[in-house]
Amino acid sequence: MLVLKHVSRQFGGLMALQNVEMHLPAGNIIGLIGPNGAGKTTLINCMTGLDHPTSGHIEFNGTPIEKKPAHRITALGMARTYQNIRLFGEMTVLENLVVAQHGLGRATLADSLLQTPRHRREIARLRDNALQLLKRFHLDQSADVVAGNLPYGDQRRLEMARALATNPKLILLDEPTAGMNPVETTELGEQILRMKADGKTLMVVEHDMSLIAQVCDEIYVLNFGQIIAHGTHQEIKNNPVVVEAYLGQEEGA
Amino acid sequence: MGFLASVGLNDFVITLMFVNAILAMSIYLTLYGGMFSLANAGFMAIGSYVSVILTQNHDWPFLPAILAGMVAAGLIAIPIGLPVLRLRDIYLAIATIGFVEITRIVILNFDKIVDEVYTRLHMTSEPPKITNGPLGITGIPVQTKLEHLVIAVIILAYFMMRMHRSRFGRALAAIRQDENVAASQGINVVYYKNVAFVLGAMMAGLGGGFSGHLSRIIQPGSYGFGTAVDILAYSVLGGISSWYGPILGGLALTALPEVLRPLKEYTGLINGIVLLIFIAYLPGGLGDPALWRSARKSASRISNFITKGKTADAGA
Repeated sequence: MLVLKHVSRQFGGLMALQNVEMHLPAGNIIGLIGPNGAGKTTLINCMTGLDHPTSGHIEFNGTPIEKKPAHRITALGMARTYQNIRLFGEMTVLENLVVAQHGLGRATLADSLLQTPRHRREIARLRDNALQLLKRFHLDQSADVVAGNLPYGDQRRLEMARALATNPKLILLDEPTAGMNPVETTELGEQILRMKADGKTLMVVEHDMSLIAQVCDEIYVLNFGQIIAHGTHQEIKNNPVVVEAYLGQEEGA
Repeated sequence: MGFLASVGLNDFVITLMFVNAILAMSIYLTLYGGMFSLANAGFMAIGSYVSVILTQNHDWPFLPAILAGMVAAGLIAIPIGLPVLRLRDIYLAIATIGFVEITRIVILNFDKIVDEVYTRLHMTSEPPKITNGPLGITGIPVQTKLEHLVIAVIILAYFMMRMHRSRFGRALAAIRQDENVAASQGINVVYYKNVAFVLGAMMAGLGGGFSGHLSRIIQPGSYGFGTAVDILAYSVLGGISSWYGPILGGLALTALPEVLRPLKEYTGLINGIVLLIFIAYLPGGLGDPALWRSARKSASRISNFITKGKTADAGA
């Protein structure tokens, strides 16, 4: 689904990403872990077109995307959430999901001025889709609430619903459980597994190892911009390089 | 009309109020997409000069000339918008003020530029006087009528109302709230920003054409920084939380100095105080839906009090 070859991103003298090689097979859930500042968010930004690699190639279903703008990559079927929640805070919950389906609509400004049947049908269709997604994420009671006023956990779920609204093939979740309690985390894990069952491919960036263990098929470990390990949860857990990256080297070892 | 005239709102002022309502809507469109652009005074100048030159020097009828001025402003907005709209916030404001100044100076020196071209190309004929430098174009017959403007404001208001509920309007609102996230949701940010900028420029060009055929004289000095700030003030006073806010702002802020005219030297002072009060206490502006809701509530409370002799709260 997504292949990264020799991806590097340099900010001035700082190598934020260095020769990153990754392969996200279709239908799997891939975990990406690493200490703070390892470059995880930079990597997601490069994948989604908000940032671009200094060198290297990214292929999404065979299409090179390393130079494409974000909206094109979304149109190809990639969606994401953000580590710090970034909803359209002034819009209602429902509007957030309607605007998220922008790429699925075709109505022009003229359609709207003339109130053509195409415009009416499209609005009705997008609202229906949005309401279905709200039901799925248990947000249908809050459809008309302004998104910025939602409780924190609901905002997280709305972000995930918004990512799904673009009808993506691949979903990148940037620390989806940040600030959640264990019950909410488990519930979120079930939502993630349900997306997989629906045929979506996912990448989950996380610190919460219980979530990683619950959902991920494979895990990549990033440290100082480099992939230092790759494997299943068991393999990663016992990998001395990974333990060292998180806990530091044992003295006198 | 008798009452309005008695408070200083004669036909000319009322016509001008509607011109400024159009200008307020023109900047609203860019503000709605999160772009702090002050370029509209420049597009107003272009619309004004193009339409006046067409009616005065080329005997065009009024309405086609006005529309030509509008199209000219839109066409010039395309190459300006593409580079300038990469900037944000205050940087965009500064760059667009630069555009306003450049437009003013080009108009000021336009005849000299034409003269230079004629000399370089060794043309023997006398170069024409087009913009007439700092003196501007004078003796323009008044052709703008209140009914033109009312029709134009109604059409534009309808456009704004529909725009809000359209795919285009939702995309602009998303861009205003978070440009990067909007792009990640599949919105072509560059495209929508530029379309909004060009549409805003066309509205400003339309307003410029109407004002040029209203004031009898147009001079480059009328379209500078001060005008850019005035246009912004209409929109801010009216508020950008609703489509009718800028219309109210343009009407009110044009009427205010005229109504205050009996106060003579205090006019400017009171005008400034009113603006300050609005910014401090009504940041949503005149068109803030919340303001109208609370106004309705107090109105019904007052009417309840008058008819039943008790407040609505006490009755509840």
